[in-house]
This record gives sequence, C-alpha cells and structure tokens, in this order.
Amino acid sequence: MNGKWRGTTLFLAILVVMCATFGLRLYSASAHSGVTTSLARSPGTPATTASATPPTSKPSTTKGATGPTPSPAAATITGDPENTPYGNVQVSVSFKGKTITGVTVLQIPTSGNYDQRVAQAVPPILLQEILSSQSAAVNTVSGGTYTSTGYLQSAQSAIDKLP
Amino acid sequence: MRFLDTVMGIPMSIDIRDEGDHHEAAAEAFAQLQEADAIFSPYRSESELSRLNRHELTLETVSGLFTEVVDLASRFATVSGRVFALQTASGEWDLNGIVKGWAAQRAADKLRALGVANFCLNAGGDVIAAGNSGPGKAWNVGIRSPQCAQQMMAVLALRDMAVATSATYERGEHILDGRSGSPARGFTSVSVIAADLATADVLATTVFAMGLDGPRWAVERYDCSILAQTEDGTFVDAGDLRRWLAAG
Repeated sequence: MNGKWRGTTLFLAILVVMCATFGLRLYSASAHSGVTTSLARSPGTPATTASATPPTSKPSTTKGATGPTPSPAAATITGDPENTPYGNVQVSVSFKGKTITGVTVLQIPTSGNYDQRVAQAVPPILLQEILSSQSAAVNTVSGGTYTSTGYLQSAQSAIDKLP
Repeated sequence: MRFLDTVMGIPMSIDIRDEGDHHEAAAEAFAQLQEADAIFSPYRSESELSRLNRHELTLETVSGLFTEVVDLASRFATVSGRVFALQTASGEWDLNGIVKGWAAQRAADKLRALGVANFCLNAGGDVIAAGNSGPGKAWNVGIRSPQCAQQMMAVLALRDMAVATSATYERGEHILDGRSGSPARGFTSVSVIAADLATADVLATTVFAMGLDGPRWAVERYDCSILAQTEDGTFVDAGDLRRWLAAG
C-alpha cells in the first residue's frame, strides 16, 4: 500500500516538473498571447533573484539599494493533458516572474483505474527479491512447453547435461 | 540419478535424490506418462480421444481415466467461464491444456507410492518438486525468461510443490481464449505455483488466455501463487509469490 502511494507521489512529482519545464518554455518563448505578454517583458525586468540584480560592490546591501522591486508578473499556465497507463494527468502551474508559486492538479486518474493496473504489477521490494533470486543456482527450469527440437536450445538441456 | 524420456513428443526428466537404485520406479513413472499419451493423444489414431472425435466412443464408453480427466477439466471450464475449454470451436475434443499436468502429477504420485520421496519431475517445462534436492535444500526451479532461454526471470525454492508455465516463445500462439477462439494477448509468460501440477498447468493456460485480469482471478479461486510477465516486460505477481522465491 505504502509502495503504491510512494509511486504515485514520485510519478506526480516528475509530471509536475515536466509540466513546469514545458510551461516555462511556453512562458518565455511566446510573446503573442495575452498570458505571456508580461512574461516577454520579464527578462528585462529586474528580478527578485540575486543573479539578475545589477552587480554591486556591496552584495549585502543589494536589497536596500535597489529599492522597491516592481511586482513580477503573475500567470497561471495550464499544461496539456498527459496520457498515462493509469489515465490522464493534467496540472496548471502558477508563476510569479519565473518562480513557480503553485501547482493545481486539474486531472488525475481515478483510484479505480489506478488500482486496476497497479495492483497486479510487482511492488518494488518484491521486484528486488525476484531480481536477486535470478542469481540462485537452479536444479531445473520451468518454461513454456518445448518440443524435442527446441529442447536442444533450452536451458533445461544444459542442466540435464550436468554430470 | 537422472532419467530422461520423450513422451507426447515432449522431453521429460526425473531427477531422483533418494539413496539407492531407482531405475524401476522411474520406469514405472514414465509408463504412467506413456499410458496417458496412449489415451489422450490427438496424434494417435487409436487413442480414446481420437476415437471419441470419430464418434467411435462416447463419454459413456470411454475409460475411467478419460472420465476422470474430463470431470476435472469440466470443473475448470465451469469456474473459468469457459476460458478454459475442453472442445475446440469446431467441437473436437482437445484436452492438451490439462493432460500433461495431470499425467505428470499421476507419475509423481506413483513415485511417491513406490517410496521415492526426494525427486524432481520435469515434463517439458512443467515441474513437480518433491522433498529436497539435498540435505535441508529445497529444489531450485528457474523460470525461464521469455526473452532469453539461458536466463531466468526468477528462481523458486520449492518443496512438495509444482509449477507450470504457459508461454508463447516455444510453440508460437498456441493458447486460445476459449470464449473467442482467438490467440490470447497480454502476457508473454505465466507461471503458476500450486500443490499439484494438474491445477498449476490448467491455471497457467487459463490465466494466459484471460490476459491481465487472470492472475487475480486465479488466486481468488485457487490456492496458488503467480509470476507473469506482460508483453511490455512488466512483472506481475499474485498470491504469496515471495514465499517461493529462492534467496539469490
């Protein structure tokens, strides 16, 4: 159960980062839409981050020296719906300047869909145990029924040749 | 001591780890398998199955062993909603999905009755692991990777258990969904671990035919554990698989 939700969290986190990256690219690339008009301006706008601040000999006084910072543009961009094996995921990301201020989940797979697919997939810890079992020495091999011809190439034939 | 024979066109091996000479017991076990082939083979014109298909026999005139298998198969057909079928779409009797597992289990029962306790019977990829492979050691049964014959997707440590695997990599698309008559899709390999091989064999075939819903269906109705692999390579488990995994 824990494993499942850890997976969901990781999955959503990755999606959020992807959507944010995409959103940011949209945000800085397009100068035509209403949403991004203010964004197009942002490279020239003094930003709140230290790196964008004009160089000064006294970094410690930067904040005071620059005076009141113009309020950076706020925008909310809706990401495309992403199709996943468990259903669609869609989020919107809110920005202030180039800083993400919030993420809203618009669409996530219903738990029904999620359970249906994932309840069967091997959970991570069990997968580790399966993978580590692969290195155990074997006495015999179970596999799809092989014919006498196929047998010659099969793993069992190798085992049966052992003294 | 390891004994080999080919029955039903399938290589079969019996590896006996009890002390002493067990040639006779092994020969009797193989005789059981040959007898099953003589009764159920669709390739032998004089088998009961062939004669039933030619209407020279009826279900009332077949032998007791034939009736036993038909009864067993009918139960699986009913529980599976006819995914597991005894007859083809054209009405021919086809008991291939159950005969090998049933016959191998019968041969293993014969070995036990003859006093052999520690042996491993491999009937063309379906395995019965009886007792130990050595002092305090279970039988390590590898499950062949669908991608590569020399690699194992997992290794099981079994004592007095059976495992059957259904897959398409050796004989192509030979598993049909009894409901539609078309080849099953979804899995590349399905292994079922159960106390007896007849059950494991039928369930492996049935789960394979059912596709992704199969593993859960099987463990809800039978005492078994399942390891399968989907067409995209994902491992799927059901039941208490962890209990049977060998320590790497």
